[in-house]
Amino acid sequence: MTRSWHEVFKGVDEPAGAAEAAEDAVGEEKEKSGGFFKRLKAGLAKSRKNMQQHMSTVMFDKLDAELWEQLEETLIFADCGVDSTVAIVDRMEKEAQEGLIRTREQFYERLEAALVDIFAAGDYRIDVSHHPSVILVVGVNGTGKTTTIGKIAWHLKREGMSVVLAAADTFRAAAIEQLGEWGERVGCPVIRQERGSDPGAVVYDAISAARSRDADVVIVDTAGRLHTQVPLMEELKKIHRVIGKQIEGAPHETLLSVDATTGQNGLTQARLFSEAVDVSGVVLTKLDGTAKGGIAVAISHELDIPIKLIGVGEQLEDLRPFDAGDFARALFED
Amino acid sequence: MFDTLSDKLQDVLGDLKGQGSLTEDDINKAMREIRLALLEADVNFKVVKHFVASVKERSLGAEVMESLTPGQQVVKIVHEELSKLMGAASTKLSFSPRPPTVVLMVGLQGSGKTTACAKLAKHLMSQGKNPTLIAADIYRPAAIDQLQTLGEQMKIPVFTIDGGDDAVEIARRGVEAAVESGRDVAIIDTAGRLHIDEELMAELVDIRARVKPHNILLVLDSMAGQDAVNVAEQFQEKVDFDGVILTKLDGDARGGAALSVKAVTGKPIKFASTGEKLNAFDYFHPDRMASRILGMGDVLTLIEKAQATVDEKKARELEEKMRKAQFTFDDFLEQMQNMRKMGPLTGMLSMIPGIPKQLKQTQIDERELDRVEAIICSMTREERTTPDIINGSRRKRIAAGSGTNVQAVNQLINRFKQMQKMMKQLSSGKKMQNIPPDLLKGGY
Ligand SMILES: Nc1nc2c(ncn2[C@@H]2O[C@H](COP(=O)(O)OP(=O)(O)OP(=O)(O)O)[C@@H](O)[C@H]2O)c(=O)[nH]1
Ligand SMILES: [Mg+2]
Repeated sequence: MTRSWHEVFKGVDEPAGAAEAAEDAVGEEKEKSGGFFKRLKAGLAKSRKNMQQHMSTVMFDKLDAELWEQLEETLIFADCGVDSTVAIVDRMEKEAQEGLIRTREQFYERLEAALVDIFAAGDYRIDVSHHPSVILVVGVNGTGKTTTIGKIAWHLKREGMSVVLAAADTFRAAAIEQLGEWGERVGCPVIRQERGSDPGAVVYDAISAARSRDADVVIVDTAGRLHTQVPLMEELKKIHRVIGKQIEGAPHETLLSVDATTGQNGLTQARLFSEAVDVSGVVLTKLDGTAKGGIAVAISHELDIPIKLIGVGEQLEDLRPFDAGDFARALFED
Repeated sequence: MFDTLSDKLQDVLGDLKGQGSLTEDDINKAMREIRLALLEADVNFKVVKHFVASVKERSLGAEVMESLTPGQQVVKIVHEELSKLMGAASTKLSFSPRPPTVVLMVGLQGSGKTTACAKLAKHLMSQGKNPTLIAADIYRPAAIDQLQTLGEQMKIPVFTIDGGDDAVEIARRGVEAAVESGRDVAIIDTAGRLHIDEELMAELVDIRARVKPHNILLVLDSMAGQDAVNVAEQFQEKVDFDGVILTKLDGDARGGAALSVKAVTGKPIKFASTGEKLNAFDYFHPDRMASRILGMGDVLTLIEKAQATVDEKKARELEEKMRKAQFTFDDFLEQMQNMRKMGPLTGMLSMIPGIPKQLKQTQIDERELDRVEAIICSMTREERTTPDIINGSRRKRIAAGSGTNVQAVNQLINRFKQMQKMMKQLSSGKKMQNIPPDLLKGGY
């Protein structure tokens, strides 16, 4: 079952009535048309039931070559990539040989377990236990960084934290205005300078502002960049260093936003961003579409980076803690 | 990164030349590698199935040409089939005999529509057109600001309705305004939307009905995965787009989604967007994309770019010099400046086949290149042609003149000498194996 927000935010006290608040958040959801998210939500509701009851892409009939081929195709079709797919199918085949998979139920159970194991890497929580805590958000152009920042800020505020946003995307046209608008919607200050100014300087200002306002969390928006653009990756490292110089041990979280519609390039993105700024977790965005986001499987499998949050829409409330079981089940539904 | 398909096929099929015809066993092994390579490149797996079947059919009993290895023969077949599937030559926009020609841009969130609108406008301007932009993304915060800023940068007017909440109305009045102001192309930017969002898809249908665009272009992220097929099919069903703009091609994604989209919708990829700068935009070349998907080195692009920038005679002179190893600092400087005109160096390197992988991954800091330029410019004419005379005191002078230090000058001279050697190797047709990976790195 999906974790509640105060579990996810490390450092947030459990407020009275937290459980209800979490229920509320689910209740508020607008009806989405079709899509992965709907299945995910269905998965949420049905999570007590068995995976196979709403599994339809792999028809378990008997343990034969065709079954393994179906499984392989399903995983490839979800963008899990060849290596992770082979690893999962191999593990399943081995378990079948060991006699662990005899029935349909066992097949789906073991499959879910294989995926959950892959996703077990690292800490699922978002560390906001420092004062101020700094969250740096990075990623390729258009993956959903700015929107995700708005959403995280909103959820933090609901948990009683005060938040400052740093408009360190000083490159893209109107990026500052975009974050400014989210700041207004959430009701938190946005520290900004002019377009074209040094992002390091913006971050510096934002942390100072957070200190003087006694804010709990600073979230830093950065310009979208391709992981292959060396000067821009260097700039990102510099932003990271500026943060570390101001607060020892910061940034406390470096979140990489990965678009769920991304194919195998997502793995290279995760690898290179990690090498540059030591990514502590992934936010998988746009799961409200029909893309299954299997690249998250590849990222966890090959790089051991935890998936922490999922984006399921364009509104403030459209952010969820990641749940491996739900995700696994939704992967195999039509 | 994975090895190229060419390398893998060479591996499984051996590299003996002129082996007669391919055996069934050879072909099966090759098909497995092709299947994996295409899947890794994000080609939709259903498309891969069809494709592999047709390649297999052609390969069975195919003669291996005298000059080729079986591996190369299969690569040749694959490349031909792939280019065929990607479509014929690049296709242009259709222009209305009664201007303005209306172009409607559609696509998922974050695919790069707004930037693509600006780039297309700039591209059209360079062809003597007189475009205008229409900002109809009323949903994403500051999306309209973004297009307006880009318009200002290019001195192209951007139409919108301040505080407007009706995208259809903005589009309609935008086109009217284009007529009134005598603009010959009107490009409409729309909000990113999910193909399954009924409400927003209906909005597109309305815009289409109202402004009757002459071109509807789907903007597709080259990093897209398997789901691109669903997206394209839905957009085709709802608004029947005419072609695709493929974005973010300056990254290292193989771009197999482009192939899938072409295969399932039959719609051509028309343009490729290849960088942050507004002029990083061009017609799409199917054969090059085929090479890219297969990881075969985009030789054609490299050659064409080089030709456009370097005057041919100079190129011949340079080649001559390279052969005789008379390559001087002047040539180095000129070459470097030409290369920089062509775009980021890392991009160039990745297009050259036969360059060792570790060198391709070498990262080049453009700022370092400024320093290199400064150092060379501080050399005398004699020093540039006969670098051997650059002794200690000359090095000091050069360092002072270029605002660098002696160490940097030393480094550049050393690397230049290595480069001379490399040039010699290259021109004598040897494969470049022994290039130090830091040759082109920063820290000159
Ligand atoms: N459907 C859907 N759309 C999303 C989601 N997250 C972000 N978006 C949309 O994706 C588009 C890009 O989002 P941004 O937040 O601007 O992305 P970014 O990474 O900050 O982009 P750049 O700063 O330009 O690199 C916008 O249209 C967002 O509304 C999501 O979870 N679901
Ligand atoms: Mg942004």
